[in-house]
Amino acid sequence: MKAPRATSTGTTIVGCIYDGGLVLGADTRATEGPIVADKNCEKIHYLAPNMYCCGAGTAADTEFTTALISSNLELHRLSTGRDARVVTAMTMLKQMLFKYQGHIGAALVLGGYDVNGPQLYTIAPHGSTDKLPYVTMGSGSMAAMAIFESRWKKGMTREQAVELVKDAIESGVFNDLGSGSNVDVCVITKSKVDYLRNYRKPNEREPKEQSYKFKRGTTAVLTTEITSLVDIETEPSNAGASEGRA
Amino acid sequence: MLSAAGPTHAGPVRIPMEHGFSPYTDNGGTTLAIAGDDYVIVAGDTRQSEGYSINTRYCPKVFKLDNNCVLATGGMAADGQNLVRRLKQSIEQYHHVHAKTMSPSALAQLLSVVLYGKRHFPYFVWNTLGGLDADGSGWVYSYDPVGNVEKRKWACAGSAGHLIMPFLDAKIGHHHQSQIDAKTEGKPGSVPFDTAMKYTKDAFTSATERDIYTGDLLEIFVIRKSGVTVEQIPLKRD
Amino acid sequence: MVTGTSVLGIKYKDGIMMAADTLASYGSLARFRDVQRIVPVGEHTLLGASGEMSDFAYIQEQLDKLLVADHLAADGHTAGPHFIWQYLSRLMYARRSRVNPLWNSLIVGGFRDGKRFLGFVDLQGTTYEASTIATGFGAYLGQPLLRKAVEGKEDTLTKEEAHKLLVDTLRVLYYRDARSLDKIQIATADASGVSVSEPFKLDSDWSFGADIRGYGAL
Repeated sequence: MKAPRATSTGTTIVGCIYDGGLVLGADTRATEGPIVADKNCEKIHYLAPNMYCCGAGTAADTEFTTALISSNLELHRLSTGRDARVVTAMTMLKQMLFKYQGHIGAALVLGGYDVNGPQLYTIAPHGSTDKLPYVTMGSGSMAAMAIFESRWKKGMTREQAVELVKDAIESGVFNDLGSGSNVDVCVITKSKVDYLRNYRKPNEREPKEQSYKFKRGTTAVLTTEITSLVDIETEPSNAGASEGRA
Repeated sequence: MLSAAGPTHAGPVRIPMEHGFSPYTDNGGTTLAIAGDDYVIVAGDTRQSEGYSINTRYCPKVFKLDNNCVLATGGMAADGQNLVRRLKQSIEQYHHVHAKTMSPSALAQLLSVVLYGKRHFPYFVWNTLGGLDADGSGWVYSYDPVGNVEKRKWACAGSAGHLIMPFLDAKIGHHHQSQIDAKTEGKPGSVPFDTAMKYTKDAFTSATERDIYTGDLLEIFVIRKSGVTVEQIPLKRD
Repeated sequence: MVTGTSVLGIKYKDGIMMAADTLASYGSLARFRDVQRIVPVGEHTLLGASGEMSDFAYIQEQLDKLLVADHLAADGHTAGPHFIWQYLSRLMYARRSRVNPLWNSLIVGGFRDGKRFLGFVDLQGTTYEASTIATGFGAYLGQPLLRKAVEGKEDTLTKEEAHKLLVDTLRVLYYRDARSLDKIQIATADASGVSVSEPFKLDSDWSFGADIRGYGAL
């Protein structure tokens, strides 16, 4: 017997640093083999008030890994009385993934803003990391990287970075079958996060030709049998009596 | 055994391939056919893909044949195209030899035989053939890759075939349903043309939503006594 | 086995433009750095190949024989782009059916009688036509850029724009494809016939590297 197949987020996820902040991006398609399991899922996960993390790979692994690290970062914050740093989150993630030797199938793009300014990392399932000004991951990583490699430049504005990230995700959406539906964007700046859920919706479905609501009575009634499940007892009418009833 | 003298027979020396080569590939895509009292709809999307990549957004996999039949092929595009070439040659030769057009039922049998002829190196193709009977009523023949054939009133195959099949069974077969409106929904296996067209379009837009290999463009062929017409409808491209 | 990487092909206003680098690799070794992977076939057709380079040489021999036979027949028929694509699809499919494939992905581009043609054939006999085609690594990294720039603009894209697009796309491939080179050739097929440029160098910019510090906590 084959092992059960987990829902994977055959995905396009990206990140891009600009002067004064960084932009994360993700498509919203989740797949189970060739089937679209979720047409509008969220792949940009919350880690901390100043940090978000895009997940590609096994959906459950990205979900639980980011949730666990997010929880530990909260404890870290309460313990130290400071905002956690992005390197801390990155180190926690890579050490966890390395410990599991790749059996946790999470490929992550981590972005955050701390005392050292905006930072962007990728963490691969075996625990290796990269620290770069622009990154992509998932099955649409090449389609997205093509956009970055041809148009990224140093010192972009927020608007330019958001536009570039949007185009990188759309490149994955239209060229990679594992990616599709909408574009989610998350802009992280000093002490502010703009989570732009469904920033673009380039794939809205047209109305169907007709309604497929079945008429009442479509399923034929073959036999009818009514069984009374309650015995109704009538009390002798001694009017005015108000004794307690069982 | 190897001999020092080398090969003694004439002809090229066969060297085993050092790479794992598979002669087969799956190019995805979905096909559908609905037959009515005086028509057959045969439809397919035009996306050709390999792995997670789209080769092209327009590569037809539904073909009009010269005898007022339409064949929809799904699976491996190269096998499908070469199968269609062979069938077209056979239909033409039949025409020359017998001085008449090959009937749809003859073509249906021929296709089965051609497919079984490659039983041990099959065409990796799921075929759906549409044509009109002698009395003008529509029929659909659906095949497995090695030539098993079934004559039906509706069929679907390919990457989203399993998504569409229960929809057709419910709406055309009217399985387990009473109170069917005969005017718009017809009798089981005999749907009015306009309704069948709506089912075809909705089946494909729905398949495009949930099957990653289906999309880009829908090509609908309609067979009638007067001939074959084609309609194209854009599908989502993600 | 000596292999070539991506080939790109697009339609533009006046015809077809194709591009490839000049590297033939021996595994991870950059073995031959001056190999022409796009060749003219007759007067109207271009053929670009990625994959096994000696299989490509064999394919060229077969096409040469075809062209010679055409010439000797002297019946006025000459092989055009669509014909050559069809011929190659028969050849490739026949070889795959004998489970002895010619290990290539081919792009056929051409211009004849005022019509553009751009088609693809590979070792499994898979064929298709499109307004943008990319083989090998280019199918993942190059095709998205080509589609974005060309789809819907096949009849307006100028020769200069097409040239810039192919150079820009090959530069992206040079950045990210470890089996690629910055020495490239661009080929054109239009009303004036076919031509393949001399090899020339891509300019590239690696200055971003100066700002990168490590890959983690440092």
